[in-house]
Amino acid sequence: MDIEVYGEYKKTAWCPGCGNHDVMKAVRQALAGLDLAPNKVAHVSGIGQAAKAPHYIDLNGFNGLHGRGLPPAQAIKLCNPELTVIAQSGDGCNYGEGGNHFLAAIRRNVDMTLLVHDNQIYGLTKGQASPTTPEGQITKSQPDGVRNAPFNPIAVAVAMKCSFVARSFSGNTAHLVKMIQLAIQHKGFALVDLFSPCVSFNKVNTYGWYKQRCQELPEDYDPTDWAAAMQVAQEFGERIPIGVIYRNDRPSLDASLPVLQKGPLGRQPVDRDGLRALMQSYT
Amino acid sequence: MSHTGRNIVIGGEAGQGLVTIGQMLTRALIRSGYEVVVSQDYMSRVRGGHNTYSIRVHDAPIAAPAEAMDVLVALNQETVSLHKGEMAEGGIIILDAALDPEGARAVPVPFKDVAPRPIFENVAALGVLGSLLGVDRPTVEGLVRETFGKKGDEVVGQNMKVLDDAWKWAEAHRASCAALPAPKGPKGRMMLHGNEAIALGALAAGVKFCSFYPMTPATSVAQELISKGRKLGVVVEQAEDEIAAMNMALGATYAGAKALVPTSGGGFALMTEGVSLAGVMEAPVVIVLAQRPGPATGLPTRTEQADLNLALYAGHGEFPRAILAPATIEDCFHLTHAAFDLTERFQTPVFVLTDQYLSDSYRAVAPFDLDALPPVAEPDFTPGGGPKFKRYKRYELTESGVSPRKVPGFTETLVLADCHEHTEQGNITEDAGLRNAMNDKRLRKGEGLRKLCIPPRVIGDAKPDLLLVCWGSSEGPVAEAADLLRAKGRSVGVMSFTQVWPLDPAQFLPALRAAKEVVCVEGNATGQFARLLRQETGFEVSRTLLRYDGRIFTPGWLAERLG
Repeated sequence: MDIEVYGEYKKTAWCPGCGNHDVMKAVRQALAGLDLAPNKVAHVSGIGQAAKAPHYIDLNGFNGLHGRGLPPAQAIKLCNPELTVIAQSGDGCNYGEGGNHFLAAIRRNVDMTLLVHDNQIYGLTKGQASPTTPEGQITKSQPDGVRNAPFNPIAVAVAMKCSFVARSFSGNTAHLVKMIQLAIQHKGFALVDLFSPCVSFNKVNTYGWYKQRCQELPEDYDPTDWAAAMQVAQEFGERIPIGVIYRNDRPSLDASLPVLQKGPLGRQPVDRDGLRALMQSYT
Repeated sequence: MSHTGRNIVIGGEAGQGLVTIGQMLTRALIRSGYEVVVSQDYMSRVRGGHNTYSIRVHDAPIAAPAEAMDVLVALNQETVSLHKGEMAEGGIIILDAALDPEGARAVPVPFKDVAPRPIFENVAALGVLGSLLGVDRPTVEGLVRETFGKKGDEVVGQNMKVLDDAWKWAEAHRASCAALPAPKGPKGRMMLHGNEAIALGALAAGVKFCSFYPMTPATSVAQELISKGRKLGVVVEQAEDEIAAMNMALGATYAGAKALVPTSGGGFALMTEGVSLAGVMEAPVVIVLAQRPGPATGLPTRTEQADLNLALYAGHGEFPRAILAPATIEDCFHLTHAAFDLTERFQTPVFVLTDQYLSDSYRAVAPFDLDALPPVAEPDFTPGGGPKFKRYKRYELTESGVSPRKVPGFTETLVLADCHEHTEQGNITEDAGLRNAMNDKRLRKGEGLRKLCIPPRVIGDAKPDLLLVCWGSSEGPVAEAADLLRAKGRSVGVMSFTQVWPLDPAQFLPALRAAKEVVCVEGNATGQFARLLRQETGFEVSRTLLRYDGRIFTPGWLAERLG
């Protein structure tokens, strides 16, 4: 598929230099590489800067509520398994407001991809701590430094045996494209936590900061080794490993529902004879 | 039979099997051709406490529970103590011979002799009841065979023996209890409660997706779709919370599947942000809101009509909605079916507002005629229209306010559903003119909904001195209370609203104005519907008659207060 088919939106609400521009580029490249037609993709988001993504790419879009991108994304797949479902939103949306949906989505394992633009700060609301802001970091609303321990999405996802867990960085486009493609191709719930620096409100976790730390996992790393993945998931310091950290082949929920093998639910007619027989069962 | 029919109440602790006995007797009565109204009064616990299962039975149509007990099956001493003062004249308590009737008229049953083990006591009680009431024995036998058939011939045989022994034992005590008159109703009717009828109505309308979080008294709607609807191609997902349930449903309708969300007040409170999303996104969704008394956890297993305002005003911002309030089991089916058509047609949330009483109340209902149902609106599944791989005008400004709703994946054009104020293509906008145009467009759909408003049902005297106004499940008790008052020579009519929003005053205001006295009967403490009527029409009812103790309206309770 020609990359031009997904459109290019010069006018966005994102700051110049925001990592989201690179993420969108990577998403387009990933989709084009997989030859996915725009009308066969459902692109879902919540609220936040990253969540404006559906407005800046030519795909079917569902821009829902803050923290609530995952529930409709899963339902879309459960109603039309022919669609490729991708959700994009930030760390606040997925790990804060939508934390329960994040945990449930991992457990439910619907075949979809979640791209979390992780900038370790709240951008849209101008600089409050997010669930992934490091302890001690001073922000406008945490003037004495963040007192909450940060949320480690990779460790949580691996601990829950999420069927696909990857990490990437918007500053490494080739890597990010590869991770997005692997996530889309994976048959199950796929998480890509991707660092996308906020140039306006996070003066700590900058491009340089990430660039210095993000290191690709070695080629002989085995992402099916859960214990090894748990170790890698703890690494968040001078070295931050990027790549496919963990994956398994647990069957996805949509693949296990017989009714979905007959295609999209919306077009399946009312089974009147079945309903008549059902009414008889109440007599 | 007397005017009130016969009221059979089974009482005991949760877990003692009173529901099993009640269900089997109800089914036997319906199969025999009797009319029934079942009301279930239970506490929020799985074991212990005090629960009752009441079956009011009649040879003529009835639509309300009764209070005085003609037959009380007491499964424990507490039941005798609590209810001995509520027995009707000539009423009788059936109890184990080991229990103390406390001076009440009673038939002590030697359950130890009739049932070899406690597990058979339910069937023994059924045999005694069937025999004393003169229920058709082959019908009861058939039911026992059917109930235990799966467990094999030996279990069936043991139960049939217990039934036979109990039946014979009771024959010697027939004089203590008048048998029921011959049934007059047709055979082949369903034993159906409100939530089952809602599930059937949804299936008839083509529901394909249901997301829910369990909450009494709404759970059985989803449960019916799981246990029975799955074969008909419904995906039912138990969500992590009500917030997810609502947002999932909006994803489902975006993908072209008709979606249902059943819940009760507390769960619905969590869904309200999603209701607002449905409003701006113009996403269809049917919400079944089965009311129970609040605030917060309130009386979790009892009944109330206090969430009208919640349904009416849930969700920030302004957008149209419709609220249907079934009065009968048949209404539960037909109004749920209608709700799907309305929500698909106007692309805005539609409510089916019921309550615990109606949710759990079994009645004898004729199978629904599926061929007689009107068609249900659908989104546009056609492949044409709209630019290829570009957004079409999902929110096209139209005269009716309804925009073409295409389904992603079925067409080459792109569908963008959005939560902000948006352009016709669904893109975020802050343009003042467009904002007003979009808001006005959405609100115009409310006018369309108003034009299709279901008029209130008028029962009894056409030009009455006393007009009783009610909505939802109160209709049956109110209509019977009106009968009682008419029998005393009063001129009484009933106006029962099965749609409480939007309202079309032309349908009912002249009748309200014509009555000498208008009393609004509601299951809440503030007269929410009476206030809504005044807000919409300026008409003020003469007075309200309100009940908010979590208990069901009965004709006797109402007539006494309207006397």
